[in-house]
Amino acid sequence: MRIAAALLILLGLATPSIAETLITSLSNHRVLINSNYTGTSIAIFGAIERDAQTVARASGYDVVVTVRGPRQFLVVREKSRVGPVWLNREQQKFPMAPAYLNVLASRPISEITTDALRQRQKIGLHAIIDAPDFTNDRGQSDERFRDAFLRLKAREGLYLEDERGATFLTPNIFRASISLPAIAPPGGYDVEVALFADTVILARTLTHFELVKTGFEQRVGEAARDWRLIYGLFTALIAVFFGWTASVIFRRD
Amino acid sequence: MQIYLPIAEMPVNVLLILAMGAAVGFISGMFGIGGGFLMTPLLIFLGIPPAVAVATQTAQIVASSTTSVLGAVRRNALDLKLGSVMVFGGLIGSVLGVWFFAAARRAGQLDLVIVVSYVTLFMVVGGLMLKESVREFWTNRNGGPTRPRRRGGQHAPYLFWPLRMRFYRSKLYGSVIPILGLALFIGFAGALLGIGGGFIMVPALLYIFRVPTTVVVGTSQFQIICTTLVALVLHAVANQAVDIVLALLLIVGGVFGAQFGARAGRNLKADLFRFLLAVLLLAVGLRFALELTVKPEERFSIAVQETRP
Repeated sequence: MRIAAALLILLGLATPSIAETLITSLSNHRVLINSNYTGTSIAIFGAIERDAQTVARASGYDVVVTVRGPRQFLVVREKSRVGPVWLNREQQKFPMAPAYLNVLASRPISEITTDALRQRQKIGLHAIIDAPDFTNDRGQSDERFRDAFLRLKAREGLYLEDERGATFLTPNIFRASISLPAIAPPGGYDVEVALFADTVILARTLTHFELVKTGFEQRVGEAARDWRLIYGLFTALIAVFFGWTASVIFRRD
Repeated sequence: MQIYLPIAEMPVNVLLILAMGAAVGFISGMFGIGGGFLMTPLLIFLGIPPAVAVATQTAQIVASSTTSVLGAVRRNALDLKLGSVMVFGGLIGSVLGVWFFAAARRAGQLDLVIVVSYVTLFMVVGGLMLKESVREFWTNRNGGPTRPRRRGGQHAPYLFWPLRMRFYRSKLYGSVIPILGLALFIGFAGALLGIGGGFIMVPALLYIFRVPTTVVVGTSQFQIICTTLVALVLHAVANQAVDIVLALLLIVGGVFGAQFGARAGRNLKADLFRFLLAVLLLAVGLRFALELTVKPEERFSIAVQETRP
């Protein structure tokens, strides 16, 4: 993790009616995967700027940072009993599910804002997963599939929510640490920050970072994709070579 | 010690993979089977995507069976003629198996077909072998005559069918039709289940065709190497699912394991050899049967939807 956060980049623009401006910056916009990669963490810093006319808010600010990984088409299947055996029967599709989802808030989300706003603006893990467009709904209850989806993803460490994950260093400056487990897939990640005061959203910013394979890992990935036949034959050749070497080494009979 | 796998896109523990390769290689070398049916579930258990697990372990099978085949050639324990007939039948069976695989997937019942096939094959083959072993054990113990040695002219009727061939190394003379039929079935099951089929071929050659144990292992490995080489390249071309780093780790562990396994196998008495193989097959079959019938702790599973281009 490289902290280049001293340089805060202006990314957010406040809506005209509200006088706060949110400025956020990531410590790293390009995370490289090499052969000893075992996950990483990225810091996000933010500052809240007020213009001269704005009155100080009595309640103080809150932030919710939402990190979304590359989209995947996922299917959750449910086993049920058919005679003596258990089979996959029902299933629910999650066509645009992020492979990784991390919500970091400065306070419990239920205290930051109202339920209605939370659902509408998709603030918090549950609001995102319970959103109607998150599944290919068949018009019937798919509650249990959403619950199972969250449970399975949380078990893998890919869906997380930390209600104390964002901390204010001063009343106007905050930081949060986004930890990426090793199994979080390469691709583009979106980081959305929402600024709250008195249960309403004052400003939002959206930034990105990329998780990419580099060096040897990148070349292997490209070879497997662009030179499939040669890659396959080469792997076969290596396998035969090792088998032959072993038979020479162990030649004693 | 962790290393990142470029195709599986996740890190694994190097020593763990080496040990797994060695363990499966040991069993593979000992019994003359590929070991794919053991390695694939282990890799999936570690969290490696199923497609990558199935595709990559073929590389390890290629390596360990190369060693076995070369060893068999030196000991003159390989029936090249019988092996070639098996390869020919196996390739036709593979084509049919791939077609059936696609049909089952279209019907949405691929998982069921695979698990049920595993259970039936392993239970039937393992059960038959165990029965035979136990009977042999009892007759030995009671001092009775062991299974009468095969004499010339004493053959099963299906060996009198037309197209007879002589396999000198295997001490076998008979129609190629049942042999091709067996190879066809193995190729079919192999393509469907992503396995080499050695575990069907070894007992079939032993019991149905009465080929000597020493020749069985070499010939079976010869057939396995041919089918898995084709499978490895096909997986790389069609699915881009071969992880060369994972393959290398499995190979290095596997070739050593296979050496010691082959040595252990040669020192085993023939009846113990068959008994152990029977127990191994039954255990795997039982594991799949339990998976099918025991109430699962987690009824839900999550998978990435396959999208065809």
